[in-house]
Amino acid sequence: MQSLLTARIWRGGSDGAFVTYEVPRQDSQTVLDVVTWVQRALDPTLAYRYACRVGMCGSCAMTVNGRARWTCRTHVERVAPHGILDIAPLANLPVIKDLTTDMADFFDKWTKAEGRFQGAATRRQDFARVAPDSRQRRAVDAAIECIGCGVCYASCDVVNWRPDFLGPAALNRAWTLVNDVRDIALRQRLRAVAGDAGCHSCHTQGSCTERCPKNLAPTSAIAGLKRVTAQAAMRRKL
Amino acid sequence: MKPPSPPWRSRNHPAYWAFVVHRLSGIALALFLPVHFWALGKALAGAGALQAFLTVTEAPLFRFGEWGLVVLLAAHLGGGLRLLLIEFGPWSGLRKDWIAIAAAGAVAAGLAFALALVR
Repeated sequence: MQSLLTARIWRGGSDGAFVTYEVPRQDSQTVLDVVTWVQRALDPTLAYRYACRVGMCGSCAMTVNGRARWTCRTHVERVAPHGILDIAPLANLPVIKDLTTDMADFFDKWTKAEGRFQGAATRRQDFARVAPDSRQRRAVDAAIECIGCGVCYASCDVVNWRPDFLGPAALNRAWTLVNDVRDIALRQRLRAVAGDAGCHSCHTQGSCTERCPKNLAPTSAIAGLKRVTAQAAMRRKL
Repeated sequence: MKPPSPPWRSRNHPAYWAFVVHRLSGIALALFLPVHFWALGKALAGAGALQAFLTVTEAPLFRFGEWGLVVLLAAHLGGGLRLLLIEFGPWSGLRKDWIAIAAAGAVAAGLAFALALVR
């Protein structure tokens, strides 16, 4: 007989509750496979979000057994050795329905952190040449691979304590631009991230770095912003 | 409605525990400081008043409290140095090696002080 897995899946909005489903256990089964099976075989009204299934798009992040994770890259075997899975929407974001959250605040904060590149060059100019081994390029490399899945944001206590905190992902993005030698909006960006809701609110709890599925270190990016904003303030350039 | 907060299980990692220890030791030390200054302030009323208070602090309960203070100070100092290294040094990551060093330093300071007390 095929073994079964107990999946407790969050249903409803913020005031919803866990509903238990029995799901057939498969080899190499991912948490996303479980959610998809429940929707296709048991309840087509289950709402959740995914696109690529291979860890590229960053849309399937959920809280799995108490931790924010990409469900597509999380094997059931690894997180639920006893066959019990708790699957909830990401924390720190308003729940729309079931496993989907409203990520508008999350992405608005990227804009608030001046997360948009602003260059001075036109298409008629030659490419900018940035030495791959320069200090700034290496700092960008260390932080650039973020795909905006929201795992760090959902794991951060500071976001929970002060909802206006820009959060690890937006600050990590700002740090890549602070180190982009082609960008011309440095001062504006430093101002955007130096306020009460910015980098200095971070308590270095490290949950973002600990939980990032891409093994990025937003804690380091935020520490970098703290240094650069402090230096700018001392030189009266903030 | 406020979004759900991160589950407690997601906080169980060394850097978060380092934060908790740093915060709790910081609050405890901040609460101790006014008492400390009040005690020192006794000297303003003369050597007798201070000496009378110092005699009270010879009690075992005060000794235990003193030991606790040393441990808290060592933990807060070690954790604080780690934070300064992360924020001002050329290092990246959570510096878990420094969490281990700070914890070991606090334990060593606690044991050394306990040894000095019982000798």
